Amino acid sequence: MGLDFSILPAYADILWKGTLWTIALTVLSMFFSLAGGVVFAVLQLNRHAIIRWPVAGFAWLFMGTPLLLQLFLIYFGLVQIGLDLNAFVAGVIALSLHFAVYNSEIIRSAIVAVDKGQYEAARSLGLSQFQAMRKAIVPQAVANVTPALGNMMIALLKESALVSVIGVMELTLSAQRAISDSFRPFEFYIAAGAIYYVLNLGLEQAVRVAERRSAQYR
Amino acid sequence: MSEPIVKIRGLKKNFGSLQVLKGIDMDIDQGQIFALIGASGSGKSTLLRTINQLEEVTEGEIWFDGELVNQKLPHRQREAHLNRLRQNIGMVFQHFNLFPHLTAIENVTMAPLMLGRVNKAEAIEQAKKLLDKVGLSDRGDYYPSKLSGGQKQRVAIARSLAMNPKLMLFDEVTSALDPELVGEVNRVMKALAEEDMTMIIVTHDLRFAEDVSDHVIFMADGLVVEEGPPSLVFRAPQEDRTKSFLQQVFND
Ligand SMILES: Nc1ncnc2c1ncn2[C@@H]1O[C@H](COP(=O)(O)OP(=O)(O)OP(=O)(O)O)[C@@H](O)[C@H]1O
Ligand SMILES: [Mg+2]
Repeated sequence: MGLDFSILPAYADILWKGTLWTIALTVLSMFFSLAGGVVFAVLQLNRHAIIRWPVAGFAWLFMGTPLLLQLFLIYFGLVQIGLDLNAFVAGVIALSLHFAVYNSEIIRSAIVAVDKGQYEAARSLGLSQFQAMRKAIVPQAVANVTPALGNMMIALLKESALVSVIGVMELTLSAQRAISDSFRPFEFYIAAGAIYYVLNLGLEQAVRVAERRSAQYR
Repeated sequence: MSEPIVKIRGLKKNFGSLQVLKGIDMDIDQGQIFALIGASGSGKSTLLRTINQLEEVTEGEIWFDGELVNQKLPHRQREAHLNRLRQNIGMVFQHFNLFPHLTAIENVTMAPLMLGRVNKAEAIEQAKKLLDKVGLSDRGDYYPSKLSGGQKQRVAIARSLAMNPKLMLFDEVTSALDPELVGEVNRVMKALAEEDMTMIIVTHDLRFAEDVSDHVIFMADGLVVEEGPPSLVFRAPQEDRTKSFLQQVFND
């Protein structure tokens, strides 16, 4: 039995839906992982150890354990304490937290690297600590690490395939469903791979635009 | 006589075991232009920075506009007090410290907008006026990276003025500039001085200090060694340390 891609159109619908779920999963997780990354970064720089430490411990835990385990913990583990999340939501939470931790490490070092004169200038105008962070420091810090964050987001897109194991009908699981129906693993894995590749190209473009825009002030 | 706008009493400041300010007294009246001179390390910047509390005070009192600047307060209240205070005290830095990710006009509108002083249209209108005043009406949309040092410093001055401060602090604002750009910044300060702004100017540019100020303070080792009108301090200094400092600087 040779390769026969003419089988694909019959499953276009399931692949298309899978693609949309992957996009939804990725875009939402990107948003929350970036927002969470900023929040964790700022919290880790708080002057109170009582705020820093829990965040640091949490980060350490999420960096030191596999994403798959985190996913299982959130989806299957939380049920035990009465939190029955739907698989998609669990997937978004796991991906968001996991990547938020990595993003926060990148953003934190970028915040620390911003010249201290920037903070003093903002404070001397009468801005509060929070306002100075929000308007003066964080935007610069994030702009300075857009390329590194972009790489994280590309990794996130690829890692989103992992969520198939808890039954989210994203691209990888959709391909598997098509395979169990058609018994054509090769064609469908290649098709799914091609779609991931195209999504990645799109994301790379978006990252490049973001990089250019964030660097326009230089 | 009305109360001085800035009143400093017995001000001391330590960095760890290093005593940098050793008991400073100072009265600045509304509209006065103070020049603060002295050798490197004498504590000029530190003194300036205690006034808007970028540096905390170890001992003594600083009064601004009838309010004790360094009053002991719980953290939250102290922050609120400082934010309010700093809105009335502009500061210009040696290295400009413009926000590089914002255009010139955004640098100027940022604080007034953030602090809810004005709406966006008002903020922009005011910023345009201020940029015009510092001679940069055509540079509003430029990012700092596209401006010369002198232009950056003038934007920084406009940014401080946007909060309508009652006092302006200048810390060696022309020291980082190429010599040919010093004049344009000095002119802006001079114009401001003539508008009755109260100013404290830390500078190594003694000619400018003499030209613009109406009171000169010479500091050495964390103390005020000599002070008075520029005609006296520069032309007829009483103290030996002042004399040797002036000789050294003017001989360079
Ligand atoms: N944050 C700090 N920590 C420790 N020491 C400091 C700090 N800031 C200033 N100093 C020390 O305090 C002394 C006075 O410094 P300051 O910057 O006030 O001097 P200055 O008169 O402004 O000098 P310059 O003309 O070089 O700007 C110096 O010995 C300096 O090393
Ligand atoms: Mg100094």
